Amino acid sequence: MSTRLASGGRHLDRSRSVDFSFNGKRLRGFQGDTLASALLANGQMLVGRSFKYHRPRGILASGAEEPNALVNMGKSGQFEPNQQATTQQLFDGLYATSQNHWPSLEFDIGVLNNYVSKFLPSGFYYKTFMAPRAAWKHVFEPIVRQSAGLGKAPKDRDDDFYEHFHVHTDVLIIGGGIAGLAAARQAAAAGAQVMLVEQTAHWGGRAVVDGAEIDGMPAADWVKNTVEDLENAENVHLRTRAMGAGVFDHGYALVYERLTDHAPEPGLPRHRLWRVRAKQIVTATGAIERPLSFAGNDLPGVMLAGAVRDYVANWAVSPGDRTVVVTNNDDAYRTALALKQAGLEVPAVIDARTHAQSPVIDAVREAGIRIEFGRAVAKVKGRARVEGVGLATQAGEGAVLEEISCDAVAMSGGWSPVVHLWSHCGGKLIWDEAQAHFRPDPDLPPLGADGAGFVRTAGSASGALSTADVLADADGQGRAAAMAAGHKKRKKAGPRAETEIAAPMEPVWIMPQGAGPNLRQKMWLDYQNDVKVSDVQLAAHEGYESVEHTKRYTTLGMATDQGKLCNINGLAVLSDALNAGIPQVGTTTFRPPYTPISFGAIAGEARAETFQPLRRTAMHDWHEKNGAYWEPVGHWRRPFCYQRDGESIEQAVLREVNNTRQSLGLLDASTLGKILVKGPDAGRFLDMMYTNMMSTLKPGRCRYGLMCSENGFLSDDGVVARIDDDTFLCHTTSGGADRIHAHMEEWLQTEWWDWKVWTVNLTEQYAQVAVVGPKAREVLELIGGMDVSAEALPFMTWKDGRIGDFNARVYRISFSGELSFEIAVDAHRGQAFWDALLEAGAEFGVMPYGTEALHIMRAEKGFIMIGDESDGTVIPQDLGLHWAISKKKADFLGKRAQERAHMTDPDRWQLVGLETLDGSVLPDGAYAVGEGENANGQRNVQGRVTSTYHSPTLGKGIAMGLVRHGPERMGEVLDFPGTDGQSNKARIVSPVFYDPEGEKQNV
Amino acid sequence: MSNAVSALQGEVYKGFATVADVGPSGMIALRGDLGAAKLKGAVKKATGVAVPGMRKAGFAGDNGVCWMSPDELLILCPYESAGDMTTALQEALAGTHHLAANVSDARARIVVSGGDMREVLAKLTPADVSAAAFVPGDFRRSRLAQVPAAFWMADDETVEVVCFRSVARYVFDILKNAAIPGSEAGFMGT
Repeated sequence: MSTRLASGGRHLDRSRSVDFSFNGKRLRGFQGDTLASALLANGQMLVGRSFKYHRPRGILASGAEEPNALVNMGKSGQFEPNQQATTQQLFDGLYATSQNHWPSLEFDIGVLNNYVSKFLPSGFYYKTFMAPRAAWKHVFEPIVRQSAGLGKAPKDRDDDFYEHFHVHTDVLIIGGGIAGLAAARQAAAAGAQVMLVEQTAHWGGRAVVDGAEIDGMPAADWVKNTVEDLENAENVHLRTRAMGAGVFDHGYALVYERLTDHAPEPGLPRHRLWRVRAKQIVTATGAIERPLSFAGNDLPGVMLAGAVRDYVANWAVSPGDRTVVVTNNDDAYRTALALKQAGLEVPAVIDARTHAQSPVIDAVREAGIRIEFGRAVAKVKGRARVEGVGLATQAGEGAVLEEISCDAVAMSGGWSPVVHLWSHCGGKLIWDEAQAHFRPDPDLPPLGADGAGFVRTAGSASGALSTADVLADADGQGRAAAMAAGHKKRKKAGPRAETEIAAPMEPVWIMPQGAGPNLRQKMWLDYQNDVKVSDVQLAAHEGYESVEHTKRYTTLGMATDQGKLCNINGLAVLSDALNAGIPQVGTTTFRPPYTPISFGAIAGEARAETFQPLRRTAMHDWHEKNGAYWEPVGHWRRPFCYQRDGESIEQAVLREVNNTRQSLGLLDASTLGKILVKGPDAGRFLDMMYTNMMSTLKPGRCRYGLMCSENGFLSDDGVVARIDDDTFLCHTTSGGADRIHAHMEEWLQTEWWDWKVWTVNLTEQYAQVAVVGPKAREVLELIGGMDVSAEALPFMTWKDGRIGDFNARVYRISFSGELSFEIAVDAHRGQAFWDALLEAGAEFGVMPYGTEALHIMRAEKGFIMIGDESDGTVIPQDLGLHWAISKKKADFLGKRAQERAHMTDPDRWQLVGLETLDGSVLPDGAYAVGEGENANGQRNVQGRVTSTYHSPTLGKGIAMGLVRHGPERMGEVLDFPGTDGQSNKARIVSPVFYDPEGEKQNV
Repeated sequence: MSNAVSALQGEVYKGFATVADVGPSGMIALRGDLGAAKLKGAVKKATGVAVPGMRKAGFAGDNGVCWMSPDELLILCPYESAGDMTTALQEALAGTHHLAANVSDARARIVVSGGDMREVLAKLTPADVSAAAFVPGDFRRSRLAQVPAAFWMADDETVEVVCFRSVARYVFDILKNAAIPGSEAGFMGT
């Protein structure tokens, strides 16, 4: 059983104990523990159940590569699944539970899967659940869903908040081990701005644990001195708990900083996502130790040899009294020594190599530890945890020569450079035969816009595995990165370390190499997704030759750890099964993020009130206080209607329509787009933009116009006012202002760059109010100011002047069919103007009205609405708007497209009015069915509803729709089946239901 | 005449930097040939400030001239002067192809001040706002989180931001959240 050692633990502060809870158990650790080290210190080796077979799983690693120790962190608003116990620092009150177990971690029903695992090979689901088809949905999927899955999705709103931070720097160095530090000091000396980030809370990485000596001093001292120097350098920024998450084009990188995960602080951001633009990126991301594939290599108590050293040295955790070391390289011998120095037993070092000689092996031998060369672990003994190992010859099939009892197994299959960040943006890899790993190919780096590489690797990430090599490489890369970023001020002497003599490692992909099927079925490659050696071999036998296909078939490397431990082992097994070389089989693609990062960090400030920018008019707050029921229009919020006490939305809308038709209504029309277009070529330009002729418009007058895309489809509409000879003000739809402004600028900047036209989007300069209804003129006259009589200001004209205390531009335009003035005032005075209208209008019973009343009144008048009658497939001709399409103009955007055969097809559906026979309201979007069925067995259709309302003015349902040959079929009755199975009968009528002569608006 | 009110009505938030609405502020959009002598002269005469270079802003008293694009300037002035100054520019540039429009009411102007004000911006804009890249006299037309914004430094401890009026609340809120005490990144502080 694992426990805490009496002394040591360089990260621990033993004077500060920390209480935490795991699966409801109250446990205690020390300040400086990770959740993983604290669990081990409490003897909690079992931390979770595996994904598929629900096998007991323990802590395997000590860092970001951990596949097993995933926990649910926190509760309700702080709940987060799949958190790595190895990277979670302990804090007082930490609350964690294990995942994927039922009913309890110790006793799990799903483990039954383990006993039938023979029948659950890879591809099992694909093969088994193919037929009958319906069985998948109703039988298999619910069962699989119940038993599969690691963490549960959070259900509550996240209590925490997050932020981004943008940084521009010369050199970003990812990884704060000795390589990152060495690279940083040299890059800094050269004068570059340097940002150095380290994912853990500590600088120095493995070198400190492994007892390296640098510049004649212990690595810990060198690290301390170097960090101090860098902290004092003005051009260096250091961050711990900050992981390089991804590298992207143009030197853009994401760094994920966990600000308060180690010490929650509700008022502060939890994570910060650094968005770094670097001229050069150095990845000093180290290497990850590979497991060995022997039977039972997933039992709690089997750990990576390097991790065992980490737990002993960093957190004073003993993995057990007796630890067997199994290896194919020299490095694991350090673990044997570390354990021995901590006073623990190492019954044997099992070395798969037939012979090896080096100082570290000698040291182990001198320490009195038994070394067995050419041997293998045949299998691990024990049910829920390690109880012993069976010794066999590596060359054989796994006959047990001897059983060695032990509590833990420390394994090392060699080290793989962390090439993820190098590879994210296209850096290539080469296979290093000697070390049996892929390492970055320095000749094929990710390329920047200038065709030169912008990422370099340093230290172990380059494939250097000895301290001396790591330092030499990192020192050179730091200098080179600074120079590539344009700095070469000074060069410091590089740090030095003694050359180490190490015996060559020997690749071991299956242990023992001749293991039969029974053993191979218990050799885990991917711990998280429960993929074994036998699964990959099966995939190869079934014809999956591509590593990408095998990955997807077996799910190898597809879990949250993205195969950090299993990729090389898996593909070595695959290449062996395919009888091909490892470099020929290749790797799967490395994609960001390096380890999972929180959604909150990605969203940054985009949450709660600031999830999206909400656009507010000058009168927004008034609307809110006066019962506005909001409707989103683009990013604006517009009142759909203003609800009074006890009133339903429908009642409010009817009241607003009636009051406007009978007396006086006010509409906040500020959201309408207003684009100023000026210049000698402005008229010519607008003639191209609009389907109708705008150049002939007289100053002082207004004209309704249509805009189409190059493909002829109706895109936007609005009233154009000519301000003077050179100047037009173009109104657009509320949602269309920015889009239409960009559309104008695009044509001006790319196609008609020599035309003399300037545009400015003035949408927000004005608060605009539509004063509508029979009393509209009276209320303006009551307020006083400019002459708004029919003679002074006829229909479809505009004038500047004063209304009361306000400078105003008044447009005599109407979208309701009533007498209407649209009045623009300066936005900063918009609320005051609105107040003045309400005050003066009181005697007429003035009421504001919302967008629904606006829609109903325009529909009663037969006016189209962009987005209702148009949907990107409708041309103006479909809507009976031929009168707004100039026949005199040589060209306008959309003209030629509208001459295509499909556009002139007389069978195109045309706009008509629709009136239900019983006065009810047609369902929106309903289709009119025709005779017969189409090739898919669906009813043929001959039209559809585009807008439909109850008209309070007419006291019945009215609608507009597009119907084949519609205008020629007046009086015909169409059948609109609803989704409720009811049929709705409606008669084709004119779309103008109200005041067809326009007598009311033109008074 | 009723008083003009800005969208934020003078709101102030004191975090590790102070975020404050300036209130109604004069702004004029001027589009034209920025290299033309007539335009340069008209701008100088109206504002007392020379046409600035790319990504620069110049100031004289209450007036400022900011480079928005190769053919657009943003002129800053007292709110009350914007109408007359627009007319003056239009008259001075009569006969040349230009567009001058009073956009004072279309915008909000917010000041972020205090030692770590650069960090407030750095949380929201991709533009480089470090002391090495952004100093008084510089002007950036960029974005803050999800909306367009422009900003410049009034002095070493003060940055001014303009954004559209309709998103003034949004911009104020994101600036405020970015300035929460204790959330300093310790990266660009003085």
